[in-house]
Amino acid sequence: PGLKCSVTLEHPDEGKRFMKALVAIKRVVDYNIQVRVKADGSDVDIEGVKMGVNPFDENAIEEAIRLKEKGIVTEIVAVTIGSAANQDILRHALAMGADRAMLVETQETLHSLSVAKVLKAVVEREQPKLILLGKQAIDDDAGQTGQMLAALLQLPQATYASQITIEGDQATVVREIDGGTQTLAVSLPAVITADLRLNEPRYVKLPNLMMARKKPLENVALDTLNVSLTHNIQQLNVATPPTRPAGIMVKDVNELLSKLRTHEGIIA
Amino acid sequence: MRTLIIAEHDGQHLNDQVARAVTAAQQWQQPVDILIAAAQPDTLAAQAAAIQGVSSVLVASDAALQHPTAEHLAEIIVPLATNYTVVLAAHSAFSKNVLPRVAALLDVNMISDVLQIVSTNTYVRGIYAGNVLATVQSSDSKQVLTVRGSKFAAAASGATAEVKPVAAPAAPAGSRWVAEAFNKSERPPLAAAKVVVSGGRALGSSEAFAEVLAPLADKLHAAIGASRAAVDAGYAPNDLQVGQTGVVVAPELYIAVGISGAIQHAYGMKDSKVVVAINQDPEAQIFKIADYGLVADLFEAVPQLTAAL
Ligand SMILES: Cc1cc2nc3c(=O)[nH]c(=O)nc-3n(C[C@H](O)[C@H](O)[C@H](O)COP(=O)(O)OP(=O)(O)OC[C@H]3O[C@@H](n4cnc5c(N)ncnc54)[C@H](O)[C@@H]3O)c2cc1C
Ligand SMILES: Nc1ncnc2c1ncn2[C@@H]1O[C@H](COP(=O)(O)O)[C@@H](O)[C@H]1O
Repeated sequence: PGLKCSVTLEHPDEGKRFMKALVAIKRVVDYNIQVRVKADGSDVDIEGVKMGVNPFDENAIEEAIRLKEKGIVTEIVAVTIGSAANQDILRHALAMGADRAMLVETQETLHSLSVAKVLKAVVEREQPKLILLGKQAIDDDAGQTGQMLAALLQLPQATYASQITIEGDQATVVREIDGGTQTLAVSLPAVITADLRLNEPRYVKLPNLMMARKKPLENVALDTLNVSLTHNIQQLNVATPPTRPAGIMVKDVNELLSKLRTHEGIIA
Repeated sequence: MRTLIIAEHDGQHLNDQVARAVTAAQQWQQPVDILIAAAQPDTLAAQAAAIQGVSSVLVASDAALQHPTAEHLAEIIVPLATNYTVVLAAHSAFSKNVLPRVAALLDVNMISDVLQIVSTNTYVRGIYAGNVLATVQSSDSKQVLTVRGSKFAAAASGATAEVKPVAAPAAPAGSRWVAEAFNKSERPPLAAAKVVVSGGRALGSSEAFAEVLAPLADKLHAAIGASRAAVDAGYAPNDLQVGQTGVVVAPELYIAVGISGAIQHAYGMKDSKVVVAINQDPEAQIFKIADYGLVADLFEAVPQLTAAL
């Protein structure tokens, strides 16, 4: 009586410091492919085109795995929002080394704000300490989702990361900015977006893919997450940009210089 | 209603791109204000107030704004946004870090890197590394966007807009600036240079950047750029990367040296007025977008060119 309770309620995993990382990945057209516009200009034609994990998202997965190998992260969950076809990139993430995967299934094309709203619901369910995304998707080239997710969760953000160091509840992130780099310290949980120079993603070997089949992959219908989404962005049409007029080949440096001198004010 | 421009600066100078954003902002035909958030905002505010077409300059001042975080800037901008239907900035590492956060807090979508403003809610922007132009429309109550500076002329200066203070809430906890490392250079900044000389993987070393490329850049008063392969190999610092995931440039003259011309690189330079390519492979992609192509070994051609200038 009157004694303070000496038992503190701890997370069951507290002894080995539990740190879950959530990595959001997008399925995009392979970066080597030059996409075409449909004849009616309504959209790009990606029927039958090779797809894969968005390159920056692969850096994000790789970073989570390296942090796990260092004993800092204890569990990695990969999540993607899209159609059932997205399972292939989740398998890829599992084969790289993620522990579990989640597909939030929808047929709709979601823009960054809606993706961020769905990811917020996933974060609330999963309660990760570390939330990793790519800095931009190479299809829409928006570069928004990470910052939007951080805003909706009211968490710190560190974008364009080229180096991440985690100590206790703090991440020190070197960011690539115009003209150089910037270093930020953010308290966890935080949202970090990966730049290409963060790391070199590992190759996935066939045995890894086989083993990944045994790892859990959960399907969640978008409707069950109770997220209300608006559709205020519409793509009216797409077009191929005008090509540069064909140039000419010059035979040597002197011819090059005489050509350049015909353009006023470019060279003295 | 009004349009708000978020100004980028380095503490002393307003970024050149701000005057370009002012031109873009005129599309809405409503008053245009500029926000300066800084630790010592006075000279910056004066620079902004001088831009023609600016109605007023809003000044948020706080010591922590010496090195502002996106979190802090968002807390300043979001309350102001009540009075604005358009919030925009020139597209850069600075603005694309801050504005998506602002847009999400306002519960509106954002349009990144707009190339053309078709109407007050319709825009043309590049997708798939600029290989496709998409026309998009936003029916959100507020339009939040970044614009590609090089697509808009800089507004002239010579005006005197009014300057008024606005509230600067304290910097939120959770995110702290630690350090910054800028690659010092006497050269013009890449994004604003009239001439850019870029080197690719073929340079083979940072020494070659210094000994082969730099003398040419010196003669042309040019900025130096690089391909991602050159940056990844450590021949050039990361902030010199031109392309989809680096800087987008549109100089009068772009000289691509030992660069193959991958679509991701082309994205960053194909709006240049005149493109010169020097590559020893006659089949290189870069020749397809060059005005003048020279098939040659760069280690011979570039010193010759430098000597002839
Ligand atoms: C998601 C993603 C984003 C990317 N973003 C960018 C980006 O922003 N910017 C970018 O540049 N790349 C980017 N890339 C990489 C891009 O795909 C190319 O790999 C890269 O641009 C190639 O660089 P390079 O032209 O220097 O090298 P290479 O493709 O290896 O070309 C070297 C060229 O030099 C020529 N050469 C060799 N020796 C000589 C010589 N002695 N004299 C003259 N010519 C010589 C060769 O013929 C060749 O054409 C990105 C890739 C991905 C996946
Ligand atoms: N449909 C999606 N599912 C999961 N993650 C996504 C999705 N779309 C975007 N992301 C994440 O958000 C990042 C930035 O995307 P964006 O804002 O579209 O450029 C990507 O690199 C992914 O990490």
